[in-house]
Amino acid sequence: MKNKEPLVHLVKRSDISSGKAWIIRGIAILASLVFCGLLTLAIAKVNPIKLYSAMFEGNFGSKRRIWVLLSNISALLGLSIAVTPAFKMRCWNLGAEGQCLAGALATTACMILLGGKVANPLLWAIMLVSAVLAGAIWGFIPAFFKARYGTNETLFTLMMNYVATQLVAYFIVIWETTKGSANIGVINQRTEAGWLPVIGGQRYLLNVLIIAALTIFMFIYLKYTKHGYEIDVVGESEKTARYIGINVRNVIMRTMLLSGAICGVCGWLLVGSTNHTLTTSLTSGYGFTAVMVSWLSRFDPLIMIFSSFLLIFMNKGASEVASSLSLNESYGDILTGIVLFFLIGCEFFINYRVIFRKKNAEVSEKKEA
Amino acid sequence: MNALIAFLSRAIVQSIPLLFGSTGEILTEKSGNLNLGIPGIMYVGAISGVIGAFPLQQRITAGEAVSPFAVIMIPLLCCLFASLLMGLLYCFLTVTLKANQNVTGLAMTTFGLGFGNFFGGSLIKLSGSNAPAIVLTDISLIYSRSIADKNTAGPIGKLFFSYGFLAYLAIIIAVTAAYILKKTRIGLNLRAVGENPATADAAGINVNRYKYVATCVGSMTAGLGGLFYVLDYASGVWSNGGFGDRGWLAIALVIFSLWRPAVAIGASIVFGGLFILNAFIPSGTNLAIKEIYKMAPYVVTIIVLIISSMRNKKDKQPPASLGLAYFREER
Amino acid sequence: MDGTNAAVKMRNITKTFGSVVANDKVWLDIYKGEILALLGENGSGKTTLMNMLSGIYFPDEGQIFINDEEVKITSPKIAFDHGIGMIHQHFKLVDVLTAAENIVLGLNDGSKFDLKKASEKIRSICEMYGFEVDPAQKIYDMSVSQKQTVEIVKVLYRGADILILDEPTAVLTPQETDRLFAVLRNMRDDGKAVVIITHKLHEVEDISDRVAILRKGQFVGDMKTKETNAAEMTNMMVGHAVSLNIERPDPVDPKPRIEVKNLTVRDVDGIVKLNDVSFTANSGEILGIAGISGCGQKELLESIAGLQKVESGSIAYINDKGEPEELVGKDPLSIQAMGVALSFVPEDRLGMGLVGNMNLSDNMMLRSYRRGKTAFTDRRAPHKLAENVVNELSVSTPSVETPVRRLSGGNVQKVLVGREIASAPTVLLTAYAVRGLDINSSYTIYDLINKEKKQGVAVIYVGEDLDVLLELSDKILVLCGGRVSGYIEGRGADKRKVGMMMTKLGGAAEDEE
Repeated sequence: MKNKEPLVHLVKRSDISSGKAWIIRGIAILASLVFCGLLTLAIAKVNPIKLYSAMFEGNFGSKRRIWVLLSNISALLGLSIAVTPAFKMRCWNLGAEGQCLAGALATTACMILLGGKVANPLLWAIMLVSAVLAGAIWGFIPAFFKARYGTNETLFTLMMNYVATQLVAYFIVIWETTKGSANIGVINQRTEAGWLPVIGGQRYLLNVLIIAALTIFMFIYLKYTKHGYEIDVVGESEKTARYIGINVRNVIMRTMLLSGAICGVCGWLLVGSTNHTLTTSLTSGYGFTAVMVSWLSRFDPLIMIFSSFLLIFMNKGASEVASSLSLNESYGDILTGIVLFFLIGCEFFINYRVIFRKKNAEVSEKKEA
Repeated sequence: MNALIAFLSRAIVQSIPLLFGSTGEILTEKSGNLNLGIPGIMYVGAISGVIGAFPLQQRITAGEAVSPFAVIMIPLLCCLFASLLMGLLYCFLTVTLKANQNVTGLAMTTFGLGFGNFFGGSLIKLSGSNAPAIVLTDISLIYSRSIADKNTAGPIGKLFFSYGFLAYLAIIIAVTAAYILKKTRIGLNLRAVGENPATADAAGINVNRYKYVATCVGSMTAGLGGLFYVLDYASGVWSNGGFGDRGWLAIALVIFSLWRPAVAIGASIVFGGLFILNAFIPSGTNLAIKEIYKMAPYVVTIIVLIISSMRNKKDKQPPASLGLAYFREER
Repeated sequence: MDGTNAAVKMRNITKTFGSVVANDKVWLDIYKGEILALLGENGSGKTTLMNMLSGIYFPDEGQIFINDEEVKITSPKIAFDHGIGMIHQHFKLVDVLTAAENIVLGLNDGSKFDLKKASEKIRSICEMYGFEVDPAQKIYDMSVSQKQTVEIVKVLYRGADILILDEPTAVLTPQETDRLFAVLRNMRDDGKAVVIITHKLHEVEDISDRVAILRKGQFVGDMKTKETNAAEMTNMMVGHAVSLNIERPDPVDPKPRIEVKNLTVRDVDGIVKLNDVSFTANSGEILGIAGISGCGQKELLESIAGLQKVESGSIAYINDKGEPEELVGKDPLSIQAMGVALSFVPEDRLGMGLVGNMNLSDNMMLRSYRRGKTAFTDRRAPHKLAENVVNELSVSTPSVETPVRRLSGGNVQKVLVGREIASAPTVLLTAYAVRGLDINSSYTIYDLINKEKKQGVAVIYVGEDLDVLLELSDKILVLCGGRVSGYIEGRGADKRKVGMMMTKLGGAAEDEE
């Protein structure tokens, strides 16, 4: 029998401590950084230490840079937080892009249509409510069909992104400032109507605070509330959920509403606070990056702070470095991709144990029990 | 009539990258792998072709004679090789390391777009041109050489014979894929792997090998879509981001054609038509409406997705194990 | 027994799973041109034994000879190469493919792929043995019996001459069973060796030429079917009554608690799982449900718990005032809202009763998390409960923060039972509460159940070990094929008689008196 067995044998691990798992992930991050360093050395003849210190400089070099970094982290973290409850329920909401754009579109509409007609604080509130509604609706549509007919939510939410993108493109043309420019320019530039308030003299501070609050909210929501508990149970086993009387359909729809609503908030911030304009690339693809951030952080909002920092740091840092090294700024995306591949790959060593042929006889019998 | 022919022939040109992409993705998904890295792979395929073509173009510009065979083969092989590497990477992560397919695919798309824009940007800098684009006109001339001239041919010639060879290759690949899936042992085994890997495994089919081969062939096919886009459709002009969201459109097309490559041929033309419909809007109409036309492919795809799940007809569903890693001991 | 025409000889086959011995030095011959019935109760090791022939498991010890040649069967493919084909209870078919496609799946004889030719071969096999299969029909359009036929043809197509069927009739109607048996006889007459795993005596009598009996993993004996009778087979199957010394206190003030009347239930495929079932469960008593597994026990408990769609009939909960309240049509939540304290220990512990990835204290919360008016869950009470359960039931676990999937089977069950009885139920449903548990854990569970009984809980105990049922239950309800085939007092019940009721189909009327 033994000579027929494959050289290596995989066993699903069930006993790895979370500490050990994080050590493995840490090693993977380090390995990816070393790899990126060597790659840069090969391509641009820059030694890794110089690369990373330049990256550090690019991210933290000035007060402005730190704020830009924080603003980017907020945007990515916000969307990561948003998709997390759905993921935790094993509902693949890949539609953060679309849900965020829907929220952004609603915000823009309010700013353009109501700007100057109502007092600013009221306008902010109206913007927020419509953004939340728009995002929630965008999330609810696929959820409804998933709950009702089992429609594949991965593909559905994916498609909804582009429906939203085109809808935004449509309104951009409608609202464009100069005909044919496909650009709406800065909304209410003169009146600043609907611009979210600048607090503490820092334009991005509001974003940071709101996203921080949302992160804490989500952490508590998932960990300490009845809803969060239900999401957990539905994600782990629908059979158990029914056994204890959870209405699985309702939980799916409710959670996707929440997911979409938070995406809407992100859209509200991006238009109302960060950019004061609407473009189809408003989200910079963070809706997709958020999927990875959430998954790599094991759906833990607090860890997402670090993950989104890592990805933004690599991406923006590399872009900054690239321009100074006369490389292309897309170099950041390549490095981000590499870091992601390492992190994705390392999950294998967390979930499985590789056993070589010699000592496996005993284990392979056990698995059958 | 002439306007219709012109429209159709443009729709067909527009459809070819989508057809490559969706045929590739159908093969991939039939093995149970949902490869959301397709947009990235098509991008990598395109830029790799450009990288291969760039020195050739420079030699031609410098007045050197380059054999047309080399002009065709070098970019083609570069494209296939790079797409293959992307496919292998995806398989290594999702099949061998059993990583989550959605996350892996999205990471590949991030990486692929970055890769494309990085080398695109670098080559633009190398070529020293003022415009943010790489121009490979001479290469493109060979790639887009057709039997009938686009501008002078009659309706038949225009409709059927005015495309570069890659366009016909796309259709041949799609038809072949349809044939293999439907009529051959390999196709049968592949379908079984995507539907029910445990059963396929029990029947003695090497599940992982099928997943690897299908996904890698699918990636290479999709990569050709990128190559066609830049060297034929775009007349050899590469600009970063020019490829747009065709990769996602190709994934939509997979759903729209209900995982059947033969249907994808017609469906891709419909998508292509919708994509360019805006160019045929009578002047004077609000231009915004063209964005709504561009939305149409996604909306109809969603409708198809909903209807097929509502009717719950078993053979019009995604492959049953789509998106799931297979681990023998878990059955 | 060492006849020259033995197709298969199994010698001293032993297989253990962890500490459980599934097969213990089993010695079995299978002959060509004969239908062998492999008879035994659930858990007697029939399927495990045959799985070692079909390459699913590999024996720890022992030898297998095929046509007098020793072989090592390490995979299903090797089993096929030796002409062994097994039809499992769970069909291995791809839904969206046609019958013909499924049948040729994975085959590569080097010739051109030709479904038409394959279809012809399939038709000729069907004609030969009297099957009805449309090669072009998709599996998802087929009934269960058609799917089974496809499985059998698949095995024959690959040239199997040793055919093993694992409880093939469990999913069939009587008419379909007759047809299957006719086909099996044809195959026997064709010289093939046929093994049918079953626990239904009348089937053994109907179809088999020889019967081999397993009990608790051991080979008890074999004989010609013609030369034996139902009583002898039952005897060998259930063995002598063993005294387990399980406590059985007298019920205190029993009153009707659950009244089930004319309950009929179908599963999703439309197969009748419970047919006109009526009984009463009293408070302060243990009602044992005996029966071969799959005879409707699961559906019965799930109907009471509000998890199963009921076709007709009623389930009344008699409250303390003696008023009946209907449970049919209610989900678990509304049953709870009615004030019915109902606890349910399901068969599928980690898939239904508990969440494997959650820790003990979170699993305690499954029942109680809705308590309290705020949006937040109360973590302290379940944590405390978890600690109590761990202490009182001596659950061996590193801590209450350990995911339950890491615990051993016995400890998992203690956690589940501990949680279910913590809510002070008036009705306690348990399904196979001691399956896979060691002796000590089993007794802990019996004690717990008895304690509930003494507190006036109506306990419904579904079990597979007759010895336990006989010693623990105040009343015993026997289910057979979804019908009630007996309802007797637990004290003084005769094991053989219960065994007969379990295996007798449609014999309800005579046994009830």
